[in-house]
Amino acid sequence: MRKGPDLLTAYGILFLVFLYAPVLLLPLFSFNDATVAVFPLKGFTLKAYVQMINNPQLLTALKNSLVVAVSVSLVSTTFGLLAAMGVTRYKLPGQGPVMGGIMLPLVVPSIILSVALLVVLRQVFDIPLTLWTVGAGHVLICVPFSMLVLMSRLEGFDRSLEEASSDLGESAWMTFWRVTFPLAMPGIVASLLMSFTISLDEYVMAFFLSGVDQTLPIFLYSQLRFPQRLPMTLALGTTILVISTFIVVFSEILRRRGVQSTKPTGL
Amino acid sequence: MSDLADADRGADARSVKTIRTRLIQRYPWLRGYLLMSPTLIVMLAMLVTPIVALVVRSFWTQHVFEIDTTFTLRNYAQIFELSDRITYWFGIPFPLANPVYLILLVKSIAMSLVVTIVVVLVAYPMAYFMAFRVTRHKMLWLILITIPIWTSYLLRVFAWKIMLGFNGVINSSLMNLGIIDAPLEFLLYNPTAVIITLAHAWVAFAILPIYVSLEKIDRSLLEAATDLGDKPWERFWHVTLPLSAPGTIATTLLVFIPTVGDYVTPSLVGGSGGSMIGNSIQLLFGRRNDAPLGSAVSVVMMATITLIVCLFLWFVDYRKIRARGTN
Repeated sequence: MRKGPDLLTAYGILFLVFLYAPVLLLPLFSFNDATVAVFPLKGFTLKAYVQMINNPQLLTALKNSLVVAVSVSLVSTTFGLLAAMGVTRYKLPGQGPVMGGIMLPLVVPSIILSVALLVVLRQVFDIPLTLWTVGAGHVLICVPFSMLVLMSRLEGFDRSLEEASSDLGESAWMTFWRVTFPLAMPGIVASLLMSFTISLDEYVMAFFLSGVDQTLPIFLYSQLRFPQRLPMTLALGTTILVISTFIVVFSEILRRRGVQSTKPTGL
Repeated sequence: MSDLADADRGADARSVKTIRTRLIQRYPWLRGYLLMSPTLIVMLAMLVTPIVALVVRSFWTQHVFEIDTTFTLRNYAQIFELSDRITYWFGIPFPLANPVYLILLVKSIAMSLVVTIVVVLVAYPMAYFMAFRVTRHKMLWLILITIPIWTSYLLRVFAWKIMLGFNGVINSSLMNLGIIDAPLEFLLYNPTAVIITLAHAWVAFAILPIYVSLEKIDRSLLEAATDLGDKPWERFWHVTLPLSAPGTIATTLLVFIPTVGDYVTPSLVGGSGGSMIGNSIQLLFGRRNDAPLGSAVSVVMMATITLIVCLFLWFVDYRKIRARGTN
């Protein structure tokens, strides 16, 4: 391999700038003392953040989002862990098509998933739209992610550890708690954090499947129509950005520690 | 009497249990499916059933407040109904009575295709760089690429809304600096703005599959090509590119399929000219209150995407590529 800076390295750095620059405008302008987002900057202020924490509508939306995201992450990680154990521990007939079906929510446009769910909920079963329906929709898109993360974690460790445990007389249940669960822990935490962020940030499904209760992205979107509320919206965007970045970095470090040593992994 | 019934039930329960144990002993994979059952139930209840319902719904009709459940092709007829009045869109004739849906579909597909091509062209060198040049701090690079994938899509579109437009950051800055007199037109709310935003939103996603397939390439194959006299460019063309095809194809689909149906980006930065098929689906289910026609449009969109994907996989001969990749 060549040494030193070259065209490809320059490209890599430029790429990161392109990737991050637009998003970094949100925090930049959120501290700017002006109601429009244009250069040059006017001065530093925290006004927008004060406005943000004094907005009762926003706080309610935040509470709703947190409740939904925590429940979704718990449910989808539990389901994902069980399914990942099923897939990695047993040779399943028809595994290919079944896995393909489970991964489908990752590629189908979310508007299709949303309107299809809307039809079933409202017109077939006549279930009212609440935060429950939003949560259910989010579980559908989070389970495939949880399952992928946990599958790569479970494939990464030695199967004989579990066999040893059962040979030494532990029941299947105790083997799970004392061997499988601790070994899968980094994957479990990564899956919890990841589904939490997906649910916290998801807009399309939340828009179609929520009733009167807003989630944070719905609130944010509704604020975009009012130019005079731009500073507060920027502050809110920045806050969401910072929180989800922390969560993502933490869960990525956990996840890649778990599997990187044995093989290259992508998703 | 009740004792007998209880005993009976007990025996039943026991025999059910033995049957289950026997079944699991004979077919151990049943336990695997048992573990998967919560996930499978979620998929059945919330993916399969809704999509079937959506298809069924598209054959019904909506009367203001009530739904007529007699089977009809009227919704599809509305989309495909021919007419003498020809609407032209970019020179393509649409001899339809309600051309808006098919025009929006064609337009969405064209825009997604552009986005997909741009994304693959931009992402490939980056993936190549990460697979072959980054030796130290690989984890840092991977995490830097991964953060944008997981942080809010809505926020990234919002950021572009601030960048683009008449009073956007780019135009106003360039005008303040005196570099341009009038705002750059391609940055106004239009299809180009949608394409830029979509490409930016999906490009991080596209790197990982390509990166993984590049990373898997046996480095000795590259050495062999060099030893056999291939120049770097030839080596790339003959070895690297074909071997990274599975990841590149995966990326293409991963970007193309979801972007066709996107409606957040067009409604935030697209203006009136940049709307896509997702917007009209949203309108039909929302303000227009015509869920059956909305379902029909969704079904037509899904069918078209599936058809394009199949044609694409057939065209690139996906089976052969995958077989080569695993050997």
